[in-house]
Amino acid sequence: MSTFLNVLYIIVPLSIAYAAPLIFTAIGGVFSERSGVINIGLEGLMVMGAFVGIVFNLFFVDTFGAWTPWVSILAAMLVSSIFSLMHAVASISFRADQVVSGVAINLLGIAIALFSVKMIFGKGQTDFIQEKIPRFNIPFLQDIPVLGPMFFKSVYGSSILAISVAILAWFIIYKTPFGLRLRSVGEHPMAADTMGIKVNRIRYIAVLVSGGLAGMGGAVYAQTMTNDFGHATINGQGFMALAAMIFGKWHPIGAMGAAIFFGFAQALAINSSSIPFMENVPSFILYILPYVLTIVALAGFIGKANGPKALGDPYVKGSR
Amino acid sequence: MSNRIINVLVPVISIILGLLVGAVVMLVSGYDPIAGYAALWNGIFGDTYAIGETIRQISPYILAGLAVAFAFRTGLFNIGVEGQLIVGWFAAAYVGMAFELPKFIHLPLALLAAAAAGAIWGLIPGLLKATLKVHEVIVTIMMNYIALHIVNALIKSISHGGFKLDKIQETASLRSDFLSELTDFSTLHYGIFVALFMVFIMWFLLDRMKLGYELKSVGFNENAAEYAGMNVKKNIVMAMVISGAFAGLGGAMEALGTFGNISARAGFTGIGFDGIAVALLGANTPLGVIFGASLFGSLKYGANNMPNAADIPIEIVSIVIALIIFFVASGYIIRVGLLRLSKKKEAK
Repeated sequence: MSTFLNVLYIIVPLSIAYAAPLIFTAIGGVFSERSGVINIGLEGLMVMGAFVGIVFNLFFVDTFGAWTPWVSILAAMLVSSIFSLMHAVASISFRADQVVSGVAINLLGIAIALFSVKMIFGKGQTDFIQEKIPRFNIPFLQDIPVLGPMFFKSVYGSSILAISVAILAWFIIYKTPFGLRLRSVGEHPMAADTMGIKVNRIRYIAVLVSGGLAGMGGAVYAQTMTNDFGHATINGQGFMALAAMIFGKWHPIGAMGAAIFFGFAQALAINSSSIPFMENVPSFILYILPYVLTIVALAGFIGKANGPKALGDPYVKGSR
Repeated sequence: MSNRIINVLVPVISIILGLLVGAVVMLVSGYDPIAGYAALWNGIFGDTYAIGETIRQISPYILAGLAVAFAFRTGLFNIGVEGQLIVGWFAAAYVGMAFELPKFIHLPLALLAAAAAGAIWGLIPGLLKATLKVHEVIVTIMMNYIALHIVNALIKSISHGGFKLDKIQETASLRSDFLSELTDFSTLHYGIFVALFMVFIMWFLLDRMKLGYELKSVGFNENAAEYAGMNVKKNIVMAMVISGAFAGLGGAMEALGTFGNISARAGFTGIGFDGIAVALLGANTPLGVIFGASLFGSLKYGANNMPNAADIPIEIVSIVIALIIFFVASGYIIRVGLLRLSKKKEAK
C-alpha cells in the first residue's frame, strides 16, 4: 500500500503540472470555438507563448527578480493574442477556410519562434531560465493526511491560476451577458445578429482571448517543464489541448477535467518504467491514450460530443 | 477579368506576397533579403547537384499534395497526411529490410506495403466520417500523433531497443546510379517517376473513371449525389483510402529512396502539412499539384543553402511557406481586390 501511495505522491502532482498548460489552452479553444471559429492554430499560439515567455524571462530577469515568470506569462499572453489576430482577420473578415488558416498559424508560429531564436542566440535553442514558476504549499490544506501531500504540497502557482481561469471561464460563458452572446453567435449567428448582437465583434474578442490563453499555456509549459525553448518544446501540447476541449465537450469545466486526465496520462507515460505495476505496459499506449480517447469521444461511444452549430462558417450579413 | 484568370492570379499573388513579406521580415531582422533570396536561388538551381537534390525533395511533396488534393475534391480535409506518410514510411522500410526477394517483386511489394499502410490510416477517419459523421479534421489530427508514437514504439521493438531500423535490401531500393551520376552524385532516385505516375493516376481516376465522377459529385453536393443514386458513404471511405495511399507512397519515397531506412522521430516530418500548401496552391488539380510541389520542394531544399551563403536562419523559408498558405486561404479578399481593380479599369 505504501508503495502505491508513494507512486501517487509522484504522479498526482506531476499530472497537475502537466495539466495546467493544457487547461489554459483548452479554455482558449473553448472561447474561440464557442463563438463559431475553429482554432486549429492553438499549437502555433502555444509555441509563440512558450518562446516569448522564455525569451522575456531570460532578458528581464534582472528587472523583475522573482516576479519574472509571472510577467513573462503576461508578455506571452499579449504577444500570442496579437498573433491570433491574424487568424481572426483571416477567418472572420476575409472568410478564409478556418482550418487552413489555423494550419498556417501553426506553421508560422514555430517558424517565427525558431527564426528568432537562431537570430538572438545563434543556435537552435535558448539558454536555460533562472527564475522558474514558484511552487507553493497551501496552508492548512497541506496537512490533510494523504490528500495534502498529493494535491496541496509544492503546487506550481500556475496550476492554481489555471484552475481559477477555468472556473472564471465557466462563469463568463454561462453566467454573464457576454457569455450568452458568445454562445449565441456560435450556434446561430443570424438569429444573434437580428437581436442586435455584433457577431463579428464577439468573434474577434473570442479569438483574441483564445490566443491570449494559449500564449499563457505555452509560457507556463515552457517555464515549468522544459525551462528553455527549442523546436521540440511544445511538440503537440496544443493539439492535445484541442483534444481536451473536444473531450470536455466544449465546456470549460469539462475541458479542465479532460486536461487533468490527459496530464495524468502524460505523467504516467513518463514514469511508467519506475512504477511497479505499470512496467509491463508499453509507454506508447499511454502516449496515444489522449488521442484515442478523443476519437472515441467524437464517435459518440461515451456520449456524443457535438460542437457549436455554426462552427467553421464565416458569418456573411444578409445571407441565408 | 475572367474567372479563369483570377483563379490563376490568386495563387500567383499569394506567392509574391509571401516572398515580399519574407523579405520584409529579413530586412527588419537585419538581414539582406537580396543576398538571402540569391542564396535560396543558388540552393535550388546553383549546380546540377543542387538541381538533383531539389527534384528528389519534390517527389514526396507531389505525393503529399496529391493526398490532400484528392480528399479535397471529395469535400474532405485530410490533415492526417503526415501520419499516413509516417506509417507508409515505416511499412516500406520494414518490408524493404525484412524480406529477401528479387527486385521486380521486392520493390513493388515495398511500395504496395507503404500505400496499404497509408490507406489503412486513411480508412479509419473515412469510416468514422461515413458511418458516424465524425468530422475528419479532428480525427486525422489525432491519427497523426497515434501514428508517430506507434511507429516509434515499433522501431524500438523491432530493433531491440534501438532508434532506427537496418538499411533496406538493395532489391527494394529506388536508388538509381544513372540519375545520381547525371546530377553530379546527388541522392536523386526513381521516386520522382513514381510520383509523376501517381499524378497521372489521380488525373485518370478523377477525370476518366466513374469512380472519380462520383467522388467529385459527392464533393460538390452530397445531397445531390445521394439523390442521383450514388453511395455517398462508400465514396467518402474510398476518397480517404486513396488519399491515404498517396500519402503512404510519399513515405515510401523517404524509406526506399532518400534515407533507406526509418529512424525514431521526436516530431513530424512536416511534409504532410506542407502537402496542404501544395494542394491549395495547385487548386487541387493533378497538374497544379506538380506546380505546387515544385515550388515548395524547391523552397525547402534551397533553404539549406541560406545559413551558409547568406547567414540567414533556414526557418525564413518556413515563414514564407506559412505566409503563402495564409494568403491563399485568404483568397477571398484577393479576389475582391482584383475584381475592384478590373471594374475601375472598365469604368475608365
